[in-house]
Amino acid sequence: MNRIATSPVTERPATRRLLIGLALGFLLFFLVLPLISVFAEALRHGVAAYWASVTDPDARAAIRLTLLVAAISVPLNTMFGVAASWAIAKFDFRGKSVLIALIDLPFSVSPVVSGLIFVLLFGAQGLLGPWLMAHDARVIFAVPGIVLATVFITFPFVARELIPLMQEQGKDDEEAAVSLGASGWQTFWHVTLPNIRWGLLYGVLMCNARAMGEFGAVSVVSGHIRGETNTMPLHVEILYNEYDFVGAFAVASLLAGLAMVTLIAKSVLEWRFELHQPGARS
Amino acid sequence: MIRIQNISKRFGAFAALHGIDLEVQRGEFIALLGPSGSGKTTLLRIIAGLEFPDSGQVFFDGADVSARAVGDRGVGFVFQHYALFRHMNVAENIAFGLSVKARAARPAKAVIKARAEELLQLVQLDGLGRRYPRQLSGGQRQRVALARALAIEPRLLLLDEPFGALDAKVRKDLRRWLRNLHRQMGLTSIFVTHDQEEALELADRVVVMDAGRIEQVGTSEQVYMQPATPFVAGFVGESTRLPGGHLVRPHDFEIADGGEPLLVDNVFRKGGAWRVEGSLRGAPGVLEIDIDAADAAPALGQTILIRPRRSHQFTERAMP
Repeated sequence: MNRIATSPVTERPATRRLLIGLALGFLLFFLVLPLISVFAEALRHGVAAYWASVTDPDARAAIRLTLLVAAISVPLNTMFGVAASWAIAKFDFRGKSVLIALIDLPFSVSPVVSGLIFVLLFGAQGLLGPWLMAHDARVIFAVPGIVLATVFITFPFVARELIPLMQEQGKDDEEAAVSLGASGWQTFWHVTLPNIRWGLLYGVLMCNARAMGEFGAVSVVSGHIRGETNTMPLHVEILYNEYDFVGAFAVASLLAGLAMVTLIAKSVLEWRFELHQPGARS
Repeated sequence: MIRIQNISKRFGAFAALHGIDLEVQRGEFIALLGPSGSGKTTLLRIIAGLEFPDSGQVFFDGADVSARAVGDRGVGFVFQHYALFRHMNVAENIAFGLSVKARAARPAKAVIKARAEELLQLVQLDGLGRRYPRQLSGGQRQRVALARALAIEPRLLLLDEPFGALDAKVRKDLRRWLRNLHRQMGLTSIFVTHDQEEALELADRVVVMDAGRIEQVGTSEQVYMQPATPFVAGFVGESTRLPGGHLVRPHDFEIADGGEPLLVDNVFRKGGAWRVEGSLRGAPGVLEIDIDAADAAPALGQTILIRPRRSHQFTERAMP
């Protein structure tokens, strides 16, 4: 026994290999294989069929709608997230913990329930439904409902990312800026925003991924009208239920591609984020 | 020049300041000295306008500035942890106060740049303008923070524990340097510290605070030699309380025939003296006395006869 002890928690090589093997096998089975099969199914009848499915008018409408919903909800939630975390991190006020708990609400409620809330509020039998009908405005089974549901589902992402970051940074930098004569806006723009930029980008990225991928809540309020109120995830489901596997997997491959791009961007951000963490604080 | 009148401040149930009155003359270097929780930092932040009092007023040159925001008071504030903007280089940090001025009052870019260079020279960091804060040592960061505060030509310089985060050697050099800078530039400065040595060495006048009240305001000579309260006698410099309420500094004891017998527990060299720790017969607590290092050190367990040369007595009412 002349093993060189490196660390008291070091496992024997066999144990280590087993653990790594298990983790890799798990990833392979649950992540890599499904991902490959998505692309394999999508391309089963060749590139031409794939292309036809992706450029089909209904598919294009779904892509456009998904982009539109993300384009509205991501900026809204970015503003909301920055404002909420600014308020929570830099000020003391009554009900702060209630606000933090409320921000987490969409994470703790099933997305289907979130969708139902909006149906109950804006649907034909809902609280505001009759008034909306009288004014000829449609929310449920229309684009506004989808946007509302998506905003609700995705609003924690930016705030959750920024609150701990801003709390940790404290308000010394902001106080220094105002003591030097900067206005509130200048302080935000020149001091706060640069301090949180990597965390903010990370939050926006995750918010966007969820906004484009959300199924449950959107499914409840959408009404599944082809070419009108179908987002990409809903379109995938419809095609799949109609046994159009190539079509379903082709559109799904776009979402999978988005996921991969998000993953890579996330890794890059995490790497940059590390470099700018409080370890390098001045 | 600065008058603080009857300032009180509470944080929830905690009363940070009770009815503080203080005047500071132009060109003075003032230390706010006290233990943590004494309210010294709160007072400094109220003078700056980073915190607002529940009652009372702050006057600058006779004008009531109590309601003015920090940016409108013309004060330079140096933070304990420097609060340098980490994504800006040193020159940009220093120029910040000038570059955020309203367009009409903002100097030209070249002027701002020249001014930043000038200040870099003043704080002896010429050539480091393009470095980032994380590439500097603690002492250098502190000087950048100072240069940044001075860039707006404040009429009052406020420093919160300016040397707190530095190691002993750097602290000493920076202290001397700040003292010279204060004189050279004719600044009016107030700094917060819990280090009595720092306060006595730097300040023209020391404001000793405890539990949200001012205990004494005076020159370092006054607060050391004529402490107004038992707290001041205990906090500024070392002292031992003798039975009967006399407070005696270690160097105010002498060895004398006919003195009280002291049983020696510990002896070590402290600067130019022997520090002897021991106890008086029949009295609880440890007594600290200094005897000339030219004399032989007393042995442990030996009994020596000592007598106070000078002591401060406070009436029983004032005893804590």
